[in-house]
Amino acid sequence: MHGLTLAHFQSPGLAPIDLSLEPGRCLAVSGPSGSGKTRLLRAIADLDPCPGEVRLDGSARDDLPTTQWRRQVGYLPAESHWWRARVGDHFSPSPHDLLHALGLEPACLDWEVARLSSGERQRLALARLLANRPRVLLLDEPTANLDQLNIERVERLIGGIRETHATAVLWVSHDPAQRRRVASRGLEIRNGQLEPEIWS
Amino acid sequence: MELIRLTPQDLTVAASLVLLTAALSWRLRLGVEGRLVWAAARSIVQLLLLGVVLKTLFAQANPLLIGLLALFMLAVAGYEVMARQQRRFGGAWGIGIGTLSMFVSSFSLTLLATRLVIGIEPWYTPQYLIPLLGMLLGNTMSGVALALNNLTENAVRQRGEIEARLILGHGWECAIEEIRRTALRTGLIPIINAMAAAGVVSLPGMMTGQILAGSPPLDAAMYQIMIMLLIAVGTSLGAIVAVWIASRRLFDERQRLRLDRLD
Repeated sequence: MHGLTLAHFQSPGLAPIDLSLEPGRCLAVSGPSGSGKTRLLRAIADLDPCPGEVRLDGSARDDLPTTQWRRQVGYLPAESHWWRARVGDHFSPSPHDLLHALGLEPACLDWEVARLSSGERQRLALARLLANRPRVLLLDEPTANLDQLNIERVERLIGGIRETHATAVLWVSHDPAQRRRVASRGLEIRNGQLEPEIWS
Repeated sequence: MELIRLTPQDLTVAASLVLLTAALSWRLRLGVEGRLVWAAARSIVQLLLLGVVLKTLFAQANPLLIGLLALFMLAVAGYEVMARQQRRFGGAWGIGIGTLSMFVSSFSLTLLATRLVIGIEPWYTPQYLIPLLGMLLGNTMSGVALALNNLTENAVRQRGEIEARLILGHGWECAIEEIRRTALRTGLIPIINAMAAAGVVSLPGMMTGQILAGSPPLDAAMYQIMIMLLIAVGTSLGAIVAVWIASRRLFDERQRLRLDRLD
């Protein structure tokens, strides 16, 4: 078990990155807007071409089929997109446990995407991603549109999955208190460098 | 009935009507008078040139010259498909996709028509080959261009939806499937409409020409039917080829959506 490792990974706007994220650990990432956090997550999820090496549990990304890589390295963009009109058409089978943990009723699967609130969209997008049971989670501001109660639900759900399934988590958050709650260590993007964030 | 020949004076009458329309456009401040006159002048020169070229070609029936003219027409059609795109593929792909799909849609069917359907000897007899090819190129071009434009436009507009599916581990073909289907449908609508209206609302150009030249109307109708069916098949084939290659080109070997390949 090695988790996710990056070696000389060159994400746009950032100096080459060497990083190792062990299974079951959560790493918080912060930095000013436009500093390259989203581009880093996209590059790890193999959505943008990017030189350098990424491995998951020892196997290099380029040795795995892309579809398999993206299922195992699950990326949650800050804004969710839906390609069908009905919520339930994005799920198979319906993840009732996940919905419950996120405070959503099973009936929401019959709702129309266009009528969802931004908070519902965000939680449903998370459920949609978690249904794939990824080995690594790349979360881009997963609680940005949520109220306090739902923020706690998401944090509890992710924390539980991290512990029971040894899922590695990379969590981008603007909230310093949240970073300390969910992660065991933090990295901060400063002048194009990923530096350890000092938590006193 | 013998075809009544048009004299340059007859054309002058039609041309002065265009000038009159241009004057009207200027008076009403429509702003199209310049383009109208320019396009009319272009079409006069192009058609007269074509007439001269065809006259020589028909007199000689030289396969090499016929081939050259056919290739020239194909290249122009390929360029025209590319020129009608709001977003073009960079490099040789832009012109390549257009030219290849026009080749499939028009060349193959023209050959089929002259060799198997009409059965002229020799098959490259320019009186048949060049007009057939021209009609197929001209009519399939708009469908192919429309399909391709629809594909790239929707890929750009629905970037988020496509990537949402890629992120969840769907393959590229699955992620672009619906956009592809919409693009093909869009490309085929004009010819479907044209077939539905043929003979009821519109009298198609080829049939009109043959009737004016003195052919029995039923013979003219049969030729028109053949052409329409060939155009429908050609447009479908050309649009499928164009949309297939273009949608493949929108993704790279790691199934990433590469909109940066569009200019």
